[in-house]
Parts: sequence; structure tokens; C-alpha cells
Amino acid sequence: MATTSISFAESSLLNLVLRRADDALILGHRLSEWCGHAPMVEEDIALANIALDLVGQARSLYGYAALVEGSGLTEDHFAYRREQHQYRNCLLVEQPNGDFAATIVRQVLFSAFMDLYWREMMTSRDKALAAMAGKAEKETAYHLRHSGEWLIRLGDGTDDSHERAQTALDELWVYTGELFEADDIERGLAQSGVAPDVLSLEGSWNQRLAPILREARLEIPQAPFMQSGGRSGRHSEHVGYILADLQYLQRTHPEAVW
Amino acid sequence: MSALTELECHQDELVARAREAVAQVRDPEIPVLTIADLGVLRSIDVATDGTVKVAITPTYSGCPAIDVIGFDIKMALAKAGFCNAHVRQVLSPAWTTDWMSETGKAKLKAYGIAPPAGHASRRALFGEESIVCPHCGSSNTERVSEFGSTACKALWRCKACREPFDYFKCI
Repeated sequence: MATTSISFAESSLLNLVLRRADDALILGHRLSEWCGHAPMVEEDIALANIALDLVGQARSLYGYAALVEGSGLTEDHFAYRREQHQYRNCLLVEQPNGDFAATIVRQVLFSAFMDLYWREMMTSRDKALAAMAGKAEKETAYHLRHSGEWLIRLGDGTDDSHERAQTALDELWVYTGELFEADDIERGLAQSGVAPDVLSLEGSWNQRLAPILREARLEIPQAPFMQSGGRSGRHSEHVGYILADLQYLQRTHPEAVW
Repeated sequence: MSALTELECHQDELVARAREAVAQVRDPEIPVLTIADLGVLRSIDVATDGTVKVAITPTYSGCPAIDVIGFDIKMALAKAGFCNAHVRQVLSPAWTTDWMSETGKAKLKAYGIAPPAGHASRRALFGEESIVCPHCGSSNTERVSEFGSTACKALWRCKACREPFDYFKCI
């Protein structure tokens, strides 16, 4: 049977663009799962809005990936027609929504990283990436503010909300190391002024989180080790379920358009 | 008048006509505002073969209105006699509420949406906001939700007249 998967050569730049695009798409998809289920209508709208921003960022990034790849593939091919091992997102964003506390903790950890990342990307030598960063930076700052305020309310709230927030933080912390993993691709593009040096963002990230966690009365976990693998396509089983949902239409009716 | 100047005059007139048609296109989600009021319309050119080239910029990365706006621009140009149009999205420089015209802000207020307060900056995004109720003018207001019915709005409530209202976020 013929495959509907695309094949392409993955340059360093393409790989890096797909990391950012896949992070945004997978987290956007996760957040959209809350639609109609959030604890209150305002939060339902908020999570859907954040999802919309992320899917919008993913679209710009996939469009650029298609341009970089250059053989005529489109944003939809990259979003819907790759195999699981070709997705470059970090493990943090694919984690299930869990309870509301887990969703908020995941959002704070990721947004605090992306806020720093996009702000540095604004001075990239790559004009297309710098332009996308200029838009994404404002949106990401707003996501961090929103999720950060929620985390303070949950951590400094009732015994139950505090315990749920701390449990979520303990469980998700092991996925944060991967955000700062500088492999040859990240290092090479950082050296040539195309992308921020992720390793150098870790200190600022800890500084951004510290006051939020302090106000939320949450303890920073001491993780004995950090999980890793997403950037090289070694994902948890969750991604298979996400892709089954996300890709269904394009796999069943390849090239379908609205 | 030499042929060349005549051609140039004609060209200026074409651009003006195209601009007039495009500038009237409305935001599908906030129909009191034109895309010119919003600052979404960035540039218009008419090529020598008569193709109109329009550049627009999205307010937010995921703004679903942008595709509809592109379609509406082509329709408006077709009605004005320009059958070939090319609409392009530009991201840089990033759209900011500072580009919204004063007329646009007044129209928003009359429509019941509080216009963006002050100038866009990280402080405006994170600092304490004082938003005036578009219904009664009181500044005794409070934020209900940081997100509203569209990506560009937040939900507020007036404590004086008790009416809820949308606030166009300052970014």
C-alpha cells in the first residue's frame, strides 16, 4: 500500500524550525482538548485563545519549513503527513492535560522558556524567524502572565489545589531539562547567529520561575535525572494518539482542502 | 504632456482607486473597523500589467480573520474593476495597537468596545491597567478575563453601570 507520509531531507535549519513548529502545534492541540471542559467559561475561552495563538505560530513556522525545504511541500504536509519519529517537539508539550493544575504548570514551564526564546530570536540573522519572533513574543508573554497568575492562585489556594499544583510540578519537572539541551543543531545555529543558544537561557528561566513559585508556595523539585528524546523523535506513547486524531483527515483524504 | 507623464498620472490614479476600494474592507469580527483603521493594511501597489499587490499583517499569529480579509480584499478590488489581485501577508514589523487610527479608536468606543489604552509596551502588557467603560465613561472597572471573544480582546466589567464590555488589548 502506498504511504501518505512525506519524505524530505532535513537540514539543520529545517530541523530547528520543525522543533519550534511541532512544540507549538502539539501544545496547541493539547490545549484545544480543554475546549468545552474547562473549570469556568472564561478559562475555556482563555485556553482556546492560547491554543489559537500556538496553532497560528505553528502555521507560520510550517510555512517557513516548506520554504526552507524547497521541493514544493506545504505547511499542511509538515503538520499532518509525517510519521511520529519525524516530530521534533519536546516531551513536555505532549504530556496529557491531567487536571487543571497539570495543564497550568505545563503552560508556565513552557511559556517561561518560549518568552525568553522568542525575545532573543527577534535579533536573529534569519529575517523570517526574527519576524515570527516579533509577533510570537507578545503572545507568549501574555500566556506566561495568564498561566503564572493561575499557578499562584492554585499553589496559594486551598490544601487541595496546593497539593495538585505541587504534584503536577513534581511530575512535569523531569521534562524541563530537554528545553535547554544544546545538541549540534542548536549549537551550530546559535553560533551562526540564527537561533538563541538554548543552554544560556536556563539561568534566566530559573530566575523567571522563582518569584512565581515562591508566591505560589511551591517547592522546586530536585529531579535525579531529566527525560529526553523528543527532539530526535523518541516520543512517549501519547504522541501516537495525538497524531491519530490530528492526522485522520489528511491521511484518509490526502491533499484535501477546504 | 509627454506619454510617460501621462502614464505615471494614470498609474497614480489607479493606485488611488485601488486604495479606496481596499481601505473600505471591514474586519469581519469587528465590522465597525476598516482594515485601514486597524492598521492591518500595510501597502498597495499596482503593477504595470494592472495586477494589484496588497500587503496585510495579522493582528495575532492565529487570527482566523486574516484569510477572510484577504478574500474580501480580492472581492472589493474585483468590484472596482481590478480582476488580478495578489494579497500577501507580512509579519515584520509586528502589528501593534499603536497603528490603530484615532478614528478607529473612536468607532470602537461608540461600538461598545474599550479601545487600547496608551501605547504598546511590555509595561502596558503587564502593568496595572485603568480601562474606561465605553458605555458610561467610568474608570471604576475590573477585569473579568484576560481573554475574550477574539484573540485581540479581553473581558471587563464596569462597577458603576454594571455592564460587561470587551476591551481591545494593548499590544
